[in-house]
Amino acid sequence: MADSSAASVSHHAPSGDVTKRDLLQLIAGAGAAIGAASIAWPLIDSMNPSKDVLALSSVDVDLAPVTEGQGITIVWQGKPIFVRHRTPAEIKAAEDVPLGQLIEPQADSARVKAGHSQWIVLIGICTHLGCVPLGNKPSDPRGDWGGWFCPCHGSQYDTSGRVRHGPAPANLAVPPYAFESDTKIKVG
Amino acid sequence: MRPFRSLLAGIFAAGLLAAPAFAQEGEALPNEHWSFQSVFGTFDLAAAQRGFQIYSQVCSNCHSMHLLHYRDLSGIGLNPEQIKAVSAAVTVPQGVDDQGNPKEGPATPANQFRSPFPNEQAARSANNGAVPPDLSLIVNAREGGPNYVYGILTGYTDPPAGFKVQDGLYYNKMFPGHQIHMPPPLQNGSVDYTDGTSNALNQEAHDVVTFLSWAANPEMVERKQIGVRVILFLMFMTGLTYAVKRKVWSDVH
Amino acid sequence: MAGLHKSEFANPVINWIDTRLPIFTMMQKEYGVFPTPRNFNYFWNFGALATVNLLIMILTGIFLAMNYQPNTLLAFDSVQHIMRDVNYGWLIRYVHQNGASMFFIVTYIHIFRGLYYGSYKTPRELLWMLGVVILLLMMATAFMGYVLPWGQMSYWGATVITNLFSAFPVVGPKIVTLLWGGFSVDNPTLNRFFSLHYLLPFVLVGVVFLHVAALHITGSNNPLGIDVKSPQDTLPFHPYYTVKDSVGLCVYLMVFAALVFFAPNFLGDPNNFIPANPLQTPADIVPEWYFLPYYAILRSVPNKLLGVCMMFGSLLVLFVLPWLDTSRVRSARFRPIYRQLIFVWVAAVIALGVCGAHKPQGIWVVLSRVCTLYYYLHFLVILPILGKLERPLPLPESISNPVIRRGGGALPAGAAAKPMEKV
Repeated sequence: MADSSAASVSHHAPSGDVTKRDLLQLIAGAGAAIGAASIAWPLIDSMNPSKDVLALSSVDVDLAPVTEGQGITIVWQGKPIFVRHRTPAEIKAAEDVPLGQLIEPQADSARVKAGHSQWIVLIGICTHLGCVPLGNKPSDPRGDWGGWFCPCHGSQYDTSGRVRHGPAPANLAVPPYAFESDTKIKVG
Repeated sequence: MRPFRSLLAGIFAAGLLAAPAFAQEGEALPNEHWSFQSVFGTFDLAAAQRGFQIYSQVCSNCHSMHLLHYRDLSGIGLNPEQIKAVSAAVTVPQGVDDQGNPKEGPATPANQFRSPFPNEQAARSANNGAVPPDLSLIVNAREGGPNYVYGILTGYTDPPAGFKVQDGLYYNKMFPGHQIHMPPPLQNGSVDYTDGTSNALNQEAHDVVTFLSWAANPEMVERKQIGVRVILFLMFMTGLTYAVKRKVWSDVH
Repeated sequence: MAGLHKSEFANPVINWIDTRLPIFTMMQKEYGVFPTPRNFNYFWNFGALATVNLLIMILTGIFLAMNYQPNTLLAFDSVQHIMRDVNYGWLIRYVHQNGASMFFIVTYIHIFRGLYYGSYKTPRELLWMLGVVILLLMMATAFMGYVLPWGQMSYWGATVITNLFSAFPVVGPKIVTLLWGGFSVDNPTLNRFFSLHYLLPFVLVGVVFLHVAALHITGSNNPLGIDVKSPQDTLPFHPYYTVKDSVGLCVYLMVFAALVFFAPNFLGDPNNFIPANPLQTPADIVPEWYFLPYYAILRSVPNKLLGVCMMFGSLLVLFVLPWLDTSRVRSARFRPIYRQLIFVWVAAVIALGVCGAHKPQGIWVVLSRVCTLYYYLHFLVILPILGKLERPLPLPESISNPVIRRGGGALPAGAAAKPMEKV
């Protein structure tokens, strides 16, 4: 039985080349750490979006059926995209706001495509904690600024999708998109 | 370490004994030289691209390759513009329109390779009762790998005297049983190469098998590259730990 | 014994934890100063290697499960999705796939070491039996894992192996239906196999823990097979065996890497690159290499029930091995006849493996019957009798002072080390 046999065995013995041994052990330890890290990385990276997810195609949206004042919601990369056909009054309201009043100052012209200012295209995800704001359907509450209203924590956005009332810290994001014709956009 | 040595010898002997079990029966496999077969071998991209041309113009009329996407063609050296051009020339199903009817349109790089038949039944009825196998993994899925597929493509000969070939089947010396449903897919000059390469049957078969080998193992080049680095690192670590071990044990021995 | 543990660690943080939960003291006791026979050869690496291998399998398996779909319509393509689209998916999958083979290589060598040096004998019987439980769990896990890619071999392997249970009279067919969750191997089967394949490795971890706990009660066997008699016979586990295990680990990883990076499908079967087709059995249906010997035993018996019993029996007999071997000498070094016969047994097992890879025709049937017979003969007849008849060579006095005698397999003189107390 091995219960007491090693009790008197001291730890490794000091000898002349202890420093060389320590150095070797240090290098070996460093090597092991590098090895462990290179094993960990592929495992972690496998949780990142895979090639098929990254290659997800763009979405074409036909704007013709969307009448003035109406909004539609489409899906791009699994996220809701708000497209709203703004009335002249809404456009004016969005353009006339002094930037100083905004939480994240940004001109309306920077959020729409030149010549297509009646169309606002937004990623429909509240910048607070990721809920989908209300306001794209005619029956939805649109908040005090006539844009969108997030039911989760009461954030409000104006007709340009800019945050006007917290807790959301930033404006609704504009996805990459381009007009293919006057009535057709390609998102992504 | 005597038991160790005997064990190794035994396992080696067993390997020799077992080897015939996995050997091909019948016709000997052709022994082509493949750019990718050696430890450091990579795919001959020009050959693979010619092979893709053959797949597109010949094979894809009957065979699907549903595990591949047009974007994957970057692996045989096509640039994004070329890939867009390749995919845009193909019409694929694209879900349903707003009325719920199936719709079609030009493919994007994200699309899977177009399948020639919508389902297995359609494939079966259009091909005399035999479903053309999907080619995505065909090189891995056959004993003998690339040499076997090459052997099939070049194995159409006249049957030996007295061999009765059933109607609708073809004689192929490489195919088990020698009667295959697939009509000879490639002849001399089946395709026209733009790079001046000979379009003799052997070259065509070689190119398409190179393409299919890439399709079955698209990770191979990266795998071998990482492998070399890993093995070198482990050799270094083996030497290092052995040196440490010698030092640590020096006061025992 | 209420109250705080008296910790010896100087570091205040470690001390604080250790006084409340003495894990550091435990680690120090079991893996730091743990007295380990000083004469291990490299065969004693394989237990540690198997543990590492289990951890590699669990780790890669968890990440594979994040992308795998246990559904008959999706399983095959989801594996290819991992291979082609998931970042480093091919690496994780090939490590997992070849890791199964590495696990069996390492474990079979570990078992051989136990057989050769008599590690199953008193007082280590329970340690050995826990090891057999680990082997059985490993086999069940490997079998169910092989079904998951849902290729032709997966499907037909699952069909054949589950049908083994139909051999049992009366309840057999009911058991098979229960295993399948239907009337053939299908989606419910795949789903439950995935569930169990995920569960069993953690059960394995538990049994491995018991295996190691039992080892640390009895202490390790050693190449001489004699008991540790004095502190001179042992070395602290760290650094002597931690560093020796590290050398072995590097070599093992090199073999593993060579397989994964340069021949990932060498041990696989081409048929498993064809999606499962319940209407067509492949021409050659062979299990993975690590099951070949048992497969050969199954096929060597012309009677279905008897064949199944012989196959399971070839594993279950290992449970009673400690009592079948009547010799009191552990190490084969001091058993001149056993030392020859254990290699005959190994040869029989390897020959069975070769038979399992061939179609059961002609010479292979005869050979597999002879080898099956010898397999059982070895355990049930030779070992009990040999223990009584064999005259063992004289045993050395102690591990640290092996007496060299003629014909004895004692250590080379250089290994007769100076006492540790010299410092």
